[in-house]
Amino acid sequence: MAEFSVVGKPLTKPDAYAKVSGQTKFADDLSLPRMLYGRILRSPYPHARILRVDPSRAQTLPGVLAVLTGDDLPVKFGILPVSQDEEALARDKVRYVGDPIAAVAATDEWVADEALDLIDVQFTELPHFMSIPQALAGEGEPIHGTSNVHKAVALEFGDTEAAMRAADHVREDVVFFEGNTHLPMEQHAALAQYAADGKLTLWTSSQTPHYVHRALGKVLDLPMSRIRVIATPNGGGFGGKSDIFSHELVAAKLAIATGRPVKITLTREEVFYAHRGRHPVLMKVRTGFTRSGRITGMQFQSFLDGGGYGSYGVASTYYTGALQATTYAIPRYRFEGVRLFTNKPPCGPKRGHGTPQPRFALEVHLDKVAEELGLDPVEIRRRNLPKSDSRTVNWLRITSCGLTDCINKVVEGSRFLERRTSMPRGRGLGFAVSSYLSGAGTAIYWNDMPHSEVQLKLDRNGGVALLCGAIDIGQGSDHILAAIVAEVLGVAIDDIQLTTADTDLTPIDLGSYSSRVTFMAGNAAKAAAENVRDRLFAVAATALHCDAEELVARDRRIFRLNRPADGLSFAQVVQLAEGEGGVVTGSGSYTPPKLAGPYKGAGVGPSPAYSYSAAVVEVDCDLKTGEVKVPEVWIAHDIGRAINPMLVIGQVEGSVYMALGEALMEEQTFRLGLHKFPSLLEYKSPTALEAPVMHTYLVETIDREGPFGAKEAGQGPLLPVIPAVANAIYNALGIRIDEIPITPDKVLKALNARDKRVGPKTVPAFAFPPLIKAEVPPEWKGK
Amino acid sequence: MSIADKVVVRLRVNGEDTAIMAPPYKTLLEVLREDLGLTGTKHGCELGECSMCGVLVDGKPFLSCLAMPLDLEGREVTTIEGMPRGRELHPLQVAFAELGAAQCGYCTPAMLLTAKALLDREPRPSREAIKDALSGVLCRCTGYLKIFEAVELAASRATRG
Repeated sequence: MAEFSVVGKPLTKPDAYAKVSGQTKFADDLSLPRMLYGRILRSPYPHARILRVDPSRAQTLPGVLAVLTGDDLPVKFGILPVSQDEEALARDKVRYVGDPIAAVAATDEWVADEALDLIDVQFTELPHFMSIPQALAGEGEPIHGTSNVHKAVALEFGDTEAAMRAADHVREDVVFFEGNTHLPMEQHAALAQYAADGKLTLWTSSQTPHYVHRALGKVLDLPMSRIRVIATPNGGGFGGKSDIFSHELVAAKLAIATGRPVKITLTREEVFYAHRGRHPVLMKVRTGFTRSGRITGMQFQSFLDGGGYGSYGVASTYYTGALQATTYAIPRYRFEGVRLFTNKPPCGPKRGHGTPQPRFALEVHLDKVAEELGLDPVEIRRRNLPKSDSRTVNWLRITSCGLTDCINKVVEGSRFLERRTSMPRGRGLGFAVSSYLSGAGTAIYWNDMPHSEVQLKLDRNGGVALLCGAIDIGQGSDHILAAIVAEVLGVAIDDIQLTTADTDLTPIDLGSYSSRVTFMAGNAAKAAAENVRDRLFAVAATALHCDAEELVARDRRIFRLNRPADGLSFAQVVQLAEGEGGVVTGSGSYTPPKLAGPYKGAGVGPSPAYSYSAAVVEVDCDLKTGEVKVPEVWIAHDIGRAINPMLVIGQVEGSVYMALGEALMEEQTFRLGLHKFPSLLEYKSPTALEAPVMHTYLVETIDREGPFGAKEAGQGPLLPVIPAVANAIYNALGIRIDEIPITPDKVLKALNARDKRVGPKTVPAFAFPPLIKAEVPPEWKGK
Repeated sequence: MSIADKVVVRLRVNGEDTAIMAPPYKTLLEVLREDLGLTGTKHGCELGECSMCGVLVDGKPFLSCLAMPLDLEGREVTTIEGMPRGRELHPLQVAFAELGAAQCGYCTPAMLLTAKALLDREPRPSREAIKDALSGVLCRCTGYLKIFEAVELAASRATRG
């Protein structure tokens, strides 16, 4: 008998047919009787004091049922407990063009839009800060409090200065990664209903309904038991729908104010202002090496341009320093990071959250060092790989690590070493590697409860109701839950009825972020199914006069492994169990092990398992126009185990695509305080014409703690692609573009530059806080 | 602007003649979604930049966010809801489901209809022809490869028999 009947198979996911039929209901597809349309008035200034908001003219417009201003929603909020700095509608100050100020609910959208024009707001403009140097120079009133410094951290694991002195070779690089945005094709939308019994329901395109639920309770001052949040399938998320948004709180408040359902759907321009995307980060990396290319120590500095509010920024700051040592064995490590407030839409988590920027820095840095040491780019990585079942110098526990296999796959598949030295000018190959979390090891708010929970209820006809707070954002989490339960219970995916992301009905899952759902909700689903199976096996063993240990569940039957004819149908066993003990239910939970190291700031970085990726990218550069095309990509990903290889490959291919957009064209930049490209035409993203040939290799390391050995797939494969593009351009043209995105103008500029380089030369002067000198894990002492 | 006056809008959608009362400035996209309940047609920008709102008019790809229904009297509009033949899904729909070409599913209706228009005029298109035909429809999830493969699978199944 094959080991598995569902796991490992490229099966069609349960929501596929609804999606290809247009039947999937996204948030804006929902309507309710007597529904009103809500719209939000936003700031036209990047930084200004609000003197007065007068809604009186808008209130008298026929068709307008409510107008809200900041005073109607005075409670501050934020996704992180340490950054409660946002207001649903700004009261005293606006901090970026697009900052919400007031809102209306009206009988149709045109009336609502007209009403916005009738809200009178008086501002006093303030000097604005649009870059890291401007924010640090601090001339004028700070964006928040007394300084534009949002968060500054400084950690050291062992004596890195001594490591530099002991090195044969020390190199320093300064690079910059411009910000960009998620650009989900579905604009955010929320529909709120306040029923006569005082119960509020919010349908919202959110990756994190549990956190939205908590924020609604706080801001509206309602008990959470009177609030129901239902996350609708997300039409793309990529991290952009994992915050608490003004329109969610405003729709709820407007529904309460009017007693009628209210829907707010953001326009595309508003989605650019909602943002929470990739932070622009300026970085300096300094590393010591032995003559043979072994790292002796690393010092990493990052300067994050955070935008107008905190959002996930404290976590983002730590993430720019956390995963250097899970990718390479670094014996001594110093990280200093600072996040600045600027007058732009707030930055937050985008696919890879805080790690693509340092990954870019590190991977181009290593390529340069390899050349100086006379090593090839692959060899220098091989000499510094982390080991399975080890711990990094910053206390991150590594279980499985398939990086060597990943490297072998892409290097052999692309014939990297042979071809890179024999290509014509303008064509080149680049290589890079990476690692990523399979879920954040700590919750956003400190608590000891599980991160994921699943309940099952069995039907006497053999159907299985599966309830879980997880929300499918296109990554296939519905399939993963159903596949795992179907595998354990020996039923088909079609037998599973999913109810997800409904805070009234489903037990907690913290959300679709940090690549956590397969690992954490998957483990909870497995535990729930095993719990139910134990009960079914006990009943079946009695009926079949055998021991429960002899039984297996497969093909909708429960039978004796060694005498397959000796068995009962799955439905028969459920009926026996129900007759004996009533409704057949079971639940399972997953709480990650406590993995944080003994230092302040150790909460960001730990994960129960890390995925690994390696990529080779081929480029074809036009020397006249500076345009870079990518005809072919080889990518290998250590997935632990592929619960559904087709869906995993889909995540890998989507990651490569998104990485190429970031590497070559996507940027969220500003002029005179205004977003330069708040539209889908001007914000360039790759189309079908730019899609390269991709060779995807899945490496299975069967992680001992993952469900059936699985790890993450949604974010990690993005990471190596961006630096591999930059390294390929160097291979093709001998130029270094140390700045993302690599647009044609930068390529031409570097070709004409004396040093054949475009990129920052220095980082600004900044007094980081005193280093927290953390203890080094025992196994790294004396190394 | 006050509460809008409405006019009679006559459309033929998915083979059915329909007449509704709507303000004359409502786009085809809005009438389909809000007045006819055909929410399978999506929106991503409402400026004609992303093709999420793509439908077929007389069999050709058409951006419903830029079209006024009053201009379309006597024309045949097809939305994703009209793509199956009765209860039987179109081969493209089956192939998209089987190959994982729909991740979040948001671009999928427009992608499918655009691909249908291609296969209707070119039953066995090359990879380059597929890329070219679909290049106006943005997708942020898939990297497009599974979409190309699904179009090729559907084409091979349709022409094999």
